[in-house]
Amino acid sequence: MIRAVDIRKSFDETEVLKGISMTFEKGKTNLIIGRSGAGKTVLLKLLVGLMEPTEGEIWYGDENFSQMGKKQRREIRMEVGMLFQGSALFDSMTVEENVSFPLDMFTSMTKKEKQKQVDYCLERVELVGANKKYPSETSGGMQKRVGIARSIVLNPKYLFCDEPNSGLDPKTALLIDELIKRITYENEMTTIINTHDMNSVMEIGDNIALLYQGELTWQGNKSEVLDSDNELLQDFIFASPFLQRLRDAALQNTK
Amino acid sequence: MLLRTAISRPEKFSMYWKETMRQMDDIGIGSIIIVSIIAVFIGAVTAVQFAYQLDGTLVPRWYIGYIVRDSTIIELAPTISCLVLAGKVGSNIAAEIGGMRQKEHIDAMEIMGVNTASYLIMPKVIAGLVMIPILVCLAAFISILGGYLSSVVGGLITHEEYLRGLRSFFSDYNVFMMVVKSLVFAFILTTVSAYQGYYVKGGSIELGQASTQAVVYSDILILLADYVIALLLTQ
Repeated sequence: MIRAVDIRKSFDETEVLKGISMTFEKGKTNLIIGRSGAGKTVLLKLLVGLMEPTEGEIWYGDENFSQMGKKQRREIRMEVGMLFQGSALFDSMTVEENVSFPLDMFTSMTKKEKQKQVDYCLERVELVGANKKYPSETSGGMQKRVGIARSIVLNPKYLFCDEPNSGLDPKTALLIDELIKRITYENEMTTIINTHDMNSVMEIGDNIALLYQGELTWQGNKSEVLDSDNELLQDFIFASPFLQRLRDAALQNTK
Repeated sequence: MLLRTAISRPEKFSMYWKETMRQMDDIGIGSIIIVSIIAVFIGAVTAVQFAYQLDGTLVPRWYIGYIVRDSTIIELAPTISCLVLAGKVGSNIAAEIGGMRQKEHIDAMEIMGVNTASYLIMPKVIAGLVMIPILVCLAAFISILGGYLSSVVGGLITHEEYLRGLRSFFSDYNVFMMVVKSLVFAFILTTVSAYQGYYVKGGSIELGQASTQAVVYSDILILLADYVIALLLTQ
């Protein structure tokens, strides 16, 4: 479990996050949604320690992450995996070497053990046989899956995903969502996903937080989205007339 | 600050060793050709121009070998080679690290728990400190060979005269100066370039600027250090 307590972040005179307090639960897919510029990426970077909050605290379980020194943070980060928007795969390394990098750096496993773990992770993301390919030889969807494999290779407790579906076709995006959901449930991880993909919200949103202009304006789960009378949420999720008609039809059916 | 963070115990020695070897190959082996080409012309031009200056003087012509040797060892091999290496190696370091920053590779490593300042910078600095003095020694040797080619093969002096010049008034202290200079210059060009790359912000324009700044700042600092070392070691 990760808790954000009254998080504020300013860049010069601009306050980007205005006192965010929320809990990201274990074994669930926690989604942060909001329009571009709402502060989603900043919140994610604060949670993972790539930025420091101007005010407020971040707790990993019972440990105050905000007050930790660099050394302690590195220990916590051994339990963190992150999937980046652009996958952030190392260009000079093959798929296998990318996935193996955290094992090479932090474990004393034998070559055989590492190979077994890499193969297991690639199998979980359905990339068997892609071991020797370079990132440039793979598609965007494959790169995301390699990124997921790399982020779970050390069996992390926490998984962060920054826009996992950006740049992917809807079908591949659904596959990635399904993969993240399955891994989260199987490994009992605390997964935090930053997204503005509505399919993700309706498919895997166990715990959804809507940010608007740096403030938390709505929190709930995917089954509460349709019934919510929060205008900002409705405007955001059902932005197009087509989606609005779908929502109205769905509501009429339930009545 | 960055250097202090960079100097720390490696997470895994074997990974740092592997990266240092890769950098030695990049910086050392990858620069042999350009350093050799420049060195041969440095020696050749020094010999020709000194021969021109000797015309009509009482200074014996075998001094050409002596001047080529000492000017190469004391000044031209370390300084010119490192100015060129600042352009080749320095811009490469800045672009490589800066590119990793922009593609979020550094963030990815940080989240894994890697001390990126150490993993990305220390192997480059160590590789530079080992390989650049070797390149400078090679440059000095090739430069003297270049002087031979232009003055002896070019018919300015005889083989015996050039050798006599080379063997006259030799001081091993000059070699010590060359090694000190190459070590200091190597440290300057690797650290300045790594700093420029590590803290790059923005897009491709900023990356290009960081790469250019790496070369410009390295060159200025190398020339400044050259003057300071010359003052200190020739007192």
